[in-house]
Amino acid sequence: MIAGIFSLLAQLLHAGLVLALAPVLIGFVRFIKARLMGRRGPPLLQPWRDILKLLRKRPVLAEGATAITQATPYIACAATFLAACLVPGFAQGMVLAPMADLLLLAGLLALARLALALAGMDAGTAFGGMGAAREMSLSTFAEPVLLLCILVLAMVAGTTNLDTMVATLRDGGVGLRVSLALAAVALLAVALVENARMPADNPATHLELTMVHEAMILEASGRHLALWEMQAALKLLVWMALLSAVFFPWGVAPAAAGPGAWALGLGLWSGKLFGLAFALAVFESAIAKLRIFRVPEFLGVALLLAALAVALLFVSTGLA
Amino acid sequence: MLTMLCLLLAGLAMLTLPALLGWVGVLRLGCVGAMAAMAALAVLALLWPVTEVLALPFGPPWAAALLALDPLSAWFLLLLGLAGCFASLLVGPAPRHELVAYPLFLLGMAVCITAADGFTLLLGFEAMSLASWAMLHERRAARLYLIFAVFGGACLMGALGLLSAGAGSLGFAALRAAPPEGALALAVLAMVLLGAGAKAGLAPLHLWLPLAHPAAPAHVSALMSAVMVKVALYVLLRLVFDLCGGAQPSWWGVPLLLAGAGSAMLGALRANLETDTKAILACSTIENVGLIAVGLGLALMFRGADMAVPAALAMSGALLHVMNHGLFKCLLFLGVGVVLEQAASRRVDGLGGLLGRMPVLGWAMLVGALSAAAIPPLSGFASEWLLLQALLGVWRTGDALFQFAALVALALVAMAVALGAAAMLRFWGLVFLGRPRSPRVAGATDVQGAGRPAVLLPAALCLLLGIFPGLALGLMQPVLAQWLGPAVPGPGGVFGLSAGDAGARYLVLPAALLLGLLALALWRAGMFSAGGSAARAPAWDCGYIAPPPHMPFGFPDTQPSGAGFAQPIARMLGAPLLAGTDVVTVPPPGSPVPARRRAGTTDPTWAALAALRQARHGLSGFLDRLRTLSIRHSLGLMFATLVLLLAVLAVLERP
Repeated sequence: MIAGIFSLLAQLLHAGLVLALAPVLIGFVRFIKARLMGRRGPPLLQPWRDILKLLRKRPVLAEGATAITQATPYIACAATFLAACLVPGFAQGMVLAPMADLLLLAGLLALARLALALAGMDAGTAFGGMGAAREMSLSTFAEPVLLLCILVLAMVAGTTNLDTMVATLRDGGVGLRVSLALAAVALLAVALVENARMPADNPATHLELTMVHEAMILEASGRHLALWEMQAALKLLVWMALLSAVFFPWGVAPAAAGPGAWALGLGLWSGKLFGLAFALAVFESAIAKLRIFRVPEFLGVALLLAALAVALLFVSTGLA
Repeated sequence: MLTMLCLLLAGLAMLTLPALLGWVGVLRLGCVGAMAAMAALAVLALLWPVTEVLALPFGPPWAAALLALDPLSAWFLLLLGLAGCFASLLVGPAPRHELVAYPLFLLGMAVCITAADGFTLLLGFEAMSLASWAMLHERRAARLYLIFAVFGGACLMGALGLLSAGAGSLGFAALRAAPPEGALALAVLAMVLLGAGAKAGLAPLHLWLPLAHPAAPAHVSALMSAVMVKVALYVLLRLVFDLCGGAQPSWWGVPLLLAGAGSAMLGALRANLETDTKAILACSTIENVGLIAVGLGLALMFRGADMAVPAALAMSGALLHVMNHGLFKCLLFLGVGVVLEQAASRRVDGLGGLLGRMPVLGWAMLVGALSAAAIPPLSGFASEWLLLQALLGVWRTGDALFQFAALVALALVAMAVALGAAAMLRFWGLVFLGRPRSPRVAGATDVQGAGRPAVLLPAALCLLLGIFPGLALGLMQPVLAQWLGPAVPGPGGVFGLSAGDAGARYLVLPAALLLGLLALALWRAGMFSAGGSAARAPAWDCGYIAPPPHMPFGFPDTQPSGAGFAQPIARMLGAPLLAGTDVVTVPPPGSPVPARRRAGTTDPTWAALAALRQARHGLSGFLDRLRTLSIRHSLGLMFATLVLLLAVLAVLERP
């Protein structure tokens, strides 16, 4: 009974934290990038201010835009938020834990991606369609890497349920493995591409011809734009939480252990998230954007790494 | 129940009469009724399995024709009944021979599915091929289709002949009692794979499919894609899984797995490059047949390794995908037919902006397209979840060959799923979103009359099976019990699916509910935010100037075209895999002429077909030379043949 209440409370706290943290994380990345470039940088809460400002504005729809433009921001945001609720953060074993299947997570992100692409195509403008086509093409290369990484994790943990996986990885018996390290690198590459980050897309771009993500939301405005911004922030958080939960599972508290353990988990989790965000900012500042037709090579390397990880696991399970 | 089935089959045969007389209304009503009754019958046969076999009072000279309705047949009959019912709603006036061929096509499929002996099976199979051939409109496509159909039929005939060699009879019960062994079994496997693969469109025998399926009227295309290729898979299941017995080696699944993964990838890639809506859907059929074949291959591999639970997982994934693909593909083809009727174009470059004009059709087809794109919580995702879970479990067999085959297949299938999603987005988005690309499109009106249930019912079923996949899996349970024994648990449940091991579950009902509630909550919150209702303005489009008044739908060239939308994938994947060409002409600065791009791809299997043609030319040239030999050479040839035959005889007769 108590355990049930705790797992529900942890889930609610997690959901609230995810919503509150996502834009802050974006703000943190922007702040660090600005600092690295020698600028003072916007305050951490600037993305939140932007979102709140946009929420107060009336959306302007393109002539001929259909209900797709009006419905997709809500659907995409809901799907990404649900995905964020499924990834263990400071605690595992929350109420939604039985639902936290990695394939479902991939499906929810695919739903959000498709909603975004549909919104991009709705007005029938050149850039929206171009962005949608590019987004779907890049996902074509990201998906095999993701599935192979899921295979690595499923082989190590024995299940595709993320929550059980995190518990297994945290409680040891797995140790440090070369395969996991290779899969981590591969999954990092996928995360960069899926979040439209630096080598694949420039999140700060204003040059239309190079855009992927921004091209699809060019026609969005008002609260729709706020939701799209929120969705992008949530997606970044989902990927960061996923990476930290799977590859740095230490300190994830069992939800039933109560608020004391949560506090410790919370500290570690935010440390991991902001550490990853810091690494992302440094990486983005140090690297140049790839041409769009070079991105498949980037993901091809990731695919090779993931396949190598799987092959190593095959060999090691065969010998064991 | 079998008597009912016979009556329905006879009724279908009788429907050729109104077809001959040109009574379209009677034909439509009769087909819809017969197919609905067949679906009901199939559900009954799945709930209360029928074991007896019915001998018809006619058949080939040596035995009676046998009919049976075991769970496997009933499952495919259910698909035929449902898809046939929806497709028959759109039967319209057509040339006489096409009207007659339509009920015969349905009859052929039903007979093939319910046959209980080899002869009747082949009879139905060939009737299906010939009747559908008669309904194709394009000469080249029809000829290619016929060549592949004849090839497939010949292979199946050979396979059945080899199977019956040990049994001495063509009845399934006798064949089951004497499963083939050794080299004979291998020959059967190869011939069934070639024969059923050619009909199902498994790569590399898929060339006819993207040409033939679009060449028929919409309701026939729907049946060809939704059911006919599944009938070929049914034949594969019947011959390899059932009649070859359970003692076959587990590596039998590997060729099926790899061919399936290759088909899935190739079909999905081609679906992204085609610009004809029906060709896009036909290529997506290749992809989905590939996915089903992957599931079947995995099921064989797991059964051979004595792992019943994953075998049930793979098998139920494949069978569920048979049903799901049948339903959403039926819906999409029928919808494309309505679009063609209303907007007079099949090319994505001639459509656009139809959602505002045909909302009912548009939303129904969005459900189908999202199902096909494997988006949760729709039906395609449920079956693909099962297939992926089965693929993720192959490493447990501990066999290095299987593990590496599954690794390759997993990467290919993942890419195929993502490509399939891209293809469906491109298909639906270019047809229904954006601005009209022709005046005719601007005047289109929504689907009316019989077309409405024909698209709404399958869309509703896609939703239902997406959110309650347990329903379909419960119905399918007897099929699994028939194949793996009654004790094996299926992966279905009330809330969703489970992969059997260690709590990997897809809880679709709670996920769908949460998703809906969250979206609703966000929407309500948005309503209360201060902004007020949305305003309308011309599209911003990065400041592109507004079009002149004589262009109410803007400059046509500022919208993405089919080829333009395909460009990134064509360049990234099409160029290396499909020998893609890509020529871009950019006008000089200052010219108002838009930039143009010409792109094309060739399927690599055409090269194989060209080589075959070359070989045939060579052979006929050689035979021509034989015909004009001088008498001296002819006599010499005869003498040489005689010596050769005597030598063979001497070797064979040696004690």
